[in-house]
This record gives sequence, structure tokens and C-alpha cells, in this order.
Amino acid sequence: MTTKAHMPEDLSFLVSGEAGQGLQTFEQLMVRVFKLSGLHVFSYSEFMSRIRGGNNSTQIRISSQGVASCTRRIDIMVPLHEGAMERFRERITPATVILGEKEFMDRAYTGGGYPIVDMPLSRMAGEMGGQVYVNVILTGVFSGLFGVGQDLLEDQVRQAFGRTGDVRAAANIAAARTGYEKGSHLLRSGQALPVIERSDAVKEALLMNGVDAVVLGCLAGGCTFISSYPMSPSTNVLVLLARYAEEFDLVVEQAEDEISAVNMALGSWYAGGRALVTTSGGGFALMVEGLSLAGCIESPLVIHIGQRPGPATGLPTRTEQADLEHALYAGHGEFPRLILAPGTPEEGFTLTRHAFTMADRYQIPVILLTDQFYLESNCVVQHLDIPEPLYEHAVVETDPAYMRYRLTDTGISPRGVPGFGQGLVCVDSDEHDEYGFITEDAKVRTAMVDKRLRKLGAMQNECIPPTLVGPEGSRFLVVGWGSTFPVVKEALGVLGRDDLAFLHFSQVYPLPTRTVEILDRSQRRIVIENNATAQFARLIRQHTGIVFDGKILKYDGMPFLLEEVVEQLEALLERW
Amino acid sequence: MAAEFDLDHHTDVAWCPGCGNHSILAALKATLVELGLRPESLVLVSGIGQAAKTPQYLKANFFNGLHGRSLPVATAVKLTNPGLTVIAESGDGCMYGEGGNHLIHAVRRNPDITAVVHNNMVYALTKGQASPTSTRGFVTPVQVSGVCTDPLNAIALAVALNASFVARAFSGDRERTAEILKQAITHRGFALVEILQPCVSFNRVNTFQWFREHSYYLDDSHNPSDREAAFAAASQGDRFALGLIYRNTGVPAMTDCHSAYRRDNRPLFRRPADRGRIEALLNRKRT
Repeated sequence: MTTKAHMPEDLSFLVSGEAGQGLQTFEQLMVRVFKLSGLHVFSYSEFMSRIRGGNNSTQIRISSQGVASCTRRIDIMVPLHEGAMERFRERITPATVILGEKEFMDRAYTGGGYPIVDMPLSRMAGEMGGQVYVNVILTGVFSGLFGVGQDLLEDQVRQAFGRTGDVRAAANIAAARTGYEKGSHLLRSGQALPVIERSDAVKEALLMNGVDAVVLGCLAGGCTFISSYPMSPSTNVLVLLARYAEEFDLVVEQAEDEISAVNMALGSWYAGGRALVTTSGGGFALMVEGLSLAGCIESPLVIHIGQRPGPATGLPTRTEQADLEHALYAGHGEFPRLILAPGTPEEGFTLTRHAFTMADRYQIPVILLTDQFYLESNCVVQHLDIPEPLYEHAVVETDPAYMRYRLTDTGISPRGVPGFGQGLVCVDSDEHDEYGFITEDAKVRTAMVDKRLRKLGAMQNECIPPTLVGPEGSRFLVVGWGSTFPVVKEALGVLGRDDLAFLHFSQVYPLPTRTVEILDRSQRRIVIENNATAQFARLIRQHTGIVFDGKILKYDGMPFLLEEVVEQLEALLERW
Repeated sequence: MAAEFDLDHHTDVAWCPGCGNHSILAALKATLVELGLRPESLVLVSGIGQAAKTPQYLKANFFNGLHGRSLPVATAVKLTNPGLTVIAESGDGCMYGEGGNHLIHAVRRNPDITAVVHNNMVYALTKGQASPTSTRGFVTPVQVSGVCTDPLNAIALAVALNASFVARAFSGDRERTAEILKQAITHRGFALVEILQPCVSFNRVNTFQWFREHSYYLDDSHNPSDREAAFAAASQGDRFALGLIYRNTGVPAMTDCHSAYRRDNRPLFRRPADRGRIEALLNRKRT
């Protein structure tokens, strides 16, 4: 079942533990160590909404080529507590090596038939001084097993724990060394492992997750102000920007609620700031009135929505793509908006920067739609192109006759800010005239609505076209958006069919101009979305009349696994 | 009076004749002139309601936003350009009802802005429903048997939150209102000024005469730095104390707490982009 997706130069391992067992430290350290040793690495953690206990897991893939998706296949499974294998039974096969202590392995696997490496991790950690060392020992084991240089490993452990005092750093280095010995021994004892080629380019590359991408894009887009209320999975964007606040002169304010956050962002844009709010679906629901305000006062606004499964609190720490229509239809009244959904860290960086440019240029709200999978998964990025100049302010110096809402052909009125020039900047949530004063004049009202909507026309010239993977005009076409890019792309590689291509949208609204033309060339179209009702398919149908012939949907809170996509595509293609 | 803040154009004022808003607007304009402020460096932020229309009737930059949301906007304006004088102005429904949570947190943040709350104890623009400050027993088309809650005492609340400046004025006394506004605007930190004001159309209980009879000015014996005395003045049930009730100079203004303003007081839009810093950050992601 799983062999088809198995590529020889690719290894997947999964560590399953309780919250509080240090999986996050393991993941961060492990991906760094692998990357610096020249291995392409990908990792994804799924975790429960709790601080201690339960069961969480981290999947790490190492490969000779760039990969950025989860596999169902687990080549090495490490259970760190009793019952740690339970949720993964369907993914364990006789080819899965189970590594760790026997007490934590399900009986079903210890009776023979499954390759087992009995390693007393708890005892080893106890000898080092406590169970806190399990994660670092494990990092050592995998480093030894995959031939990472010992110096590199120890250097990274020193960097990771140096701050907490020399004693703890030394103890962790000793733990890493113990694990490394074990791992190297396993390697020497001839456990058959695929040889994964290393590359110097990877050593020099960037290691990033989606949070890094969004945050770097904010900085490159000239973001100066962040007001938000914590909400998983978007909080880490706020946290990371707060960490960079001093270095980058950012004003970071944790608001009392999302209503305040969005109104602060609008106040900041009004006064010349470039503001971001970061939230998830529920927080965005509270921001909706502010979104409409942005529409009326024609304020730029950048909203990052890290999607998680709803409705309501839903699955707070898990992933979904079910807020597209929420982002699309939120807000009373009619006004233009732009919705972007990056598929890779490279795109996240470029599109977040683009979000600031477009918000500023068209004086519209721009929504950046990511999700927990996108934000939390780590991968190797070769290069990010930092443009020169970084960004341009669309703000103008005002003269005494300045009118904030001057009617223009494009619908864009030059935007002044208070205190810059001799004019006055007057914005009103009531319908207003060109100066910004309240009016109920029917002609002015109509002119203002037309002016605001006219901006959509100009925006069409700056659409981000969808990315086509595979041949143009293929018989079959898979269509996706946002975070599904890596898994669908990899699935197409596995299938290796010349009659199948993948069209990925990172600008989901307004639909890019050539959408119909590209979709029309294929005979059968399949949509893939991490939601239950195929929201993007509905959007395409509404705007183009094009109907999808097949749907691949997932809404259990987990991202698509590579094999799932491969099998479901195969099943659909077989039917036709 | 100098016409510095008078509008250049004629406008159809939406306030009723005899409304306290007219006096408050006049007091505000007089204060702004006296302080030597310029319209270009003044930002008025308001929510929704009749009081929130104030920015429409004088010459200044303004942000007339959403009901209840003037304080987050005003806070951010100041935090983005500390050189601007920022005044948030709205009614009791907007500031104490819909925006009550923001008021609490604005007091805690202590941005250097002035919040002027017109308190007429009724929702006027929506035609006469109870406001958070309506008195017990006040009968309205919604509270048909009379209001059965105690009015919100925002002055006492602000003192409880250790606000940096808390004052109350009465729209009937234009000069003393202007004097209080002057102190509030020049105060460095968050200044709350509640202005008692009759609503001639929808409040037949709390009339001009009623406010006269139910208010008094604090005299020189009141020490605004004494928090207990301020509590006592704020908590009197039968009469409203007017004047500066509480001043706490020990709390830093919000901008002083932000690293962006530690070395540099320029507004955010005046700061140049620095490509080198981003490159350096990217390089850190390589090792």
C-alpha cells in the first residue's frame, strides 16, 4: 500500500510523546543539525491543545531532494510513553523500525515480525541526570545514525542550551554524545538504511517554517506596527515579531481583544504606520466590523489568518482550510479586498510583502490565509530574494486643498497622513464626500461606491498568476490553493503521469485573469482542499461557471499525507 | 475668539438646539486656540453617536470610526506618531457601553491622549434607550418598567484603575469646562474627562436644572494626588463632583514603554527602510 510513494533516497521518522517531553526542542535541534549537515529536511508536529500529557508527534523527513509534506509511511517510529503507538497503528508496517524502550512499544509489534531496536532511553536519561535528557539523547541517536558530524551536533547543542548556564549545556552535550554513540553503533552494526546524499547547497540554505516566512515578509514589506490578541495557530507570528521589535523598530501591542487589535491597526495606518493583525478564524470573526471599516475609510490593512478547524473553538491546535469563504464574505457592505494564500515559505515571504504593497497602493484590506500546517512545518529554502528598494510608501504630502477621497479614474485617492503637509486628513465610517465629511447625498453616495469598487479593475493588472506544475493543457488537472502545494506537487512526482498537471493558486481572490483559460484546457478537473465542502471549487464555479469533476477533501484536523493524495488521485483517474 | 478651528465651509449641524454638545464644542475650540495648537497636528477620533459627530464641526484631522472603538484607534494614532495631539471624543454609550472594555485597557496602557466623554445618561441618536449611566428607574421605550441597574461610575472605575488623570465637567459651564480640558490635553498620559450634559430631546429627568442641582465643584481642599480622597469624591451617590478628581503622575506614558521610541521619537513613517537588517536576519536562518 505504501510502497508506491516510497522513494529510495527519502526517510521518514516519527517520534511520539506526551506534551512536556521536549518534542519541540527535539524537533528544532534535529532539523538544524540535519540541515547543517547538508540533508534536505522537513518536519511537522501535531499536538493537542494541552500543556502536559496526551499524545503529540513530530514527523521528520530527510531526503536528498527538497520535500515539504507529511508521509503516511514511517520508516522509524520512536514511542516515548506507554500507548504512544496507538494513534499510528495504521501507519506502521512490517518495514517500520521501532526504536526505543520495549515497555513503550505496543505488544502487537514486539512478538516478532517487526524490526525492533531496543534502546533504554529512559535509563540512559536517568543516568545523565533525569528524563529531560531523553530528547537530546534522541537527537544524538539520529545524528549518529545518519552520519552527522559529532562536532556539528555538539556545537548545536551548545548553542541551544548555552544560555541556560554552562552546567546544563555541558549535561546536554554529554547526553547528545551518549545518544550519538548509540546511533553510530547502530549504523556500524549494519542496519540497512538508504544512503541519503548530502549537498553543500543545503548547508548554506535557509531553514524556515511558515511563521518565519510571514514574519520576514512583514519586515520586507515595511511593517512597523502589530496589534493582535493571541490565538493558535497565529500567535507565533506575534511572538516572533515581538522578538524582533527592538531590532526592527516595531511597535508591538497585545490588544485586549481582536476588536481593539483591528481598530488599532486602522489607527496606525491612518497615522502613517504599516500595520498587521494576526489571528485565526474566531478572532477574525471579531474583526469583521473593523474589516468593513477599512472598506469604508479606504484604509490599507493586512490581516493574517492562520486557519484552524472550526466551527467555534473547533480543534485549536490543528489544521484546516475552511475559512476561505469567511475571509471572502466577511464584512457588511460592498468593498474590494485581496486574499492571498501561500503554498511554500518562499511564497509566504513574497506574498506577505506583496500584501503590504497592495494594501498600501489600493487602500484595501488584504487577507493572508495560512493554516497550522503551513505555519508550523519546517523545511529548507534555498533563497529569498530581498528586493531593492524594500518597499515604497504610497503616502503623499498634503496641501491645504487636500481631499482624502478625491474622485479619480482608478478609484485610488492619494493618501495623506496627519501631520505630513498642510492639509487635513479626514476619514469617516459614515458615507462621506471627497473631504471625508458625512453626507447622505444620493449622487455622492453612488460616486463613492463606484470609486471604491473601481479599484478592483486596476487590481486585476497586478494578479499573482497560478503556478502550473506539469504540462500545459493536460487531460487531467488538479487544482489547489494555499498550503497543499508541496504535497500535491510531490504526489504528481510519485505518479509520474504526463496527462496530469497541478494548478496552484496563491492569489485566491480576485481570481487571476487567466483562470478560465487555463482551466478550460483540461477535460477533467479535480479540486483538492483541506476542508469539507470544497470552498475554492465553489468560488471558481461562481466566478467562471466551471464545475469540478472530482474532489479530494480532508477535514479531520490533519494535513494531507502524501500517500493519501497519490491514492485518491489514482482512484479518480482510474474511473475516467 | 480666534477662528483657527472654525470650519471653512458651512455645515448642517445635526445637534438639537439647546443640546449640551454645542457648549462642549465651543469649550473645546477655545481650549485648542488657547493652547496654540494647529489643526494639522491635531487628530480627533470618535465613535458613533451624536457626541461622536463633534469632529465634523471643527477644523482638524479626524477619524470618525466605529461605535465604541475610538480609544483603540486614538491609542494607535499616538503610538504611530507621538508628535500629534490626539483627542478621543464620544458619548457615554460609545465609551462606557460598546467600548467599555477598551476604556479599561486604555487607562491601563496610559497613552498620552485625552478621552472626552459626553455623558447625557441616555442613547439619543437611537431615540431614547437607556445608557450605561442612566439612573435607576429611568423609563424608556425599552426599559419600560424603568432601568433596574445602577449607573456605571466611570470616574470611580478610572480611579480604581489608577488612571493618570480623571476629571469631570458640566457642559453648562463653558469656561470651567475649557479650563478642565486644557489641563487634560496638556497632561502627559491618559486623561479622562467626563462632561455631564443634558439631552433636551430624550432625557426629561436629567435636565440642565437637575445637573446644576446635582453637581458641585471640588474646592482647594481636595488633593487630586490623594487616591482615597479621589475615591470619596468619585463615589458620592447623590451629587457629582466636578473638576480634577485624580491625578497620578507616577505612571509612564505608553510610548515610553515601547522600544521603538527609546532612542527615536520620529513618527514610524519617517523611519527609513533598512535592507541590511533583513539580510542579516536571513543569514541567521542559514546557521
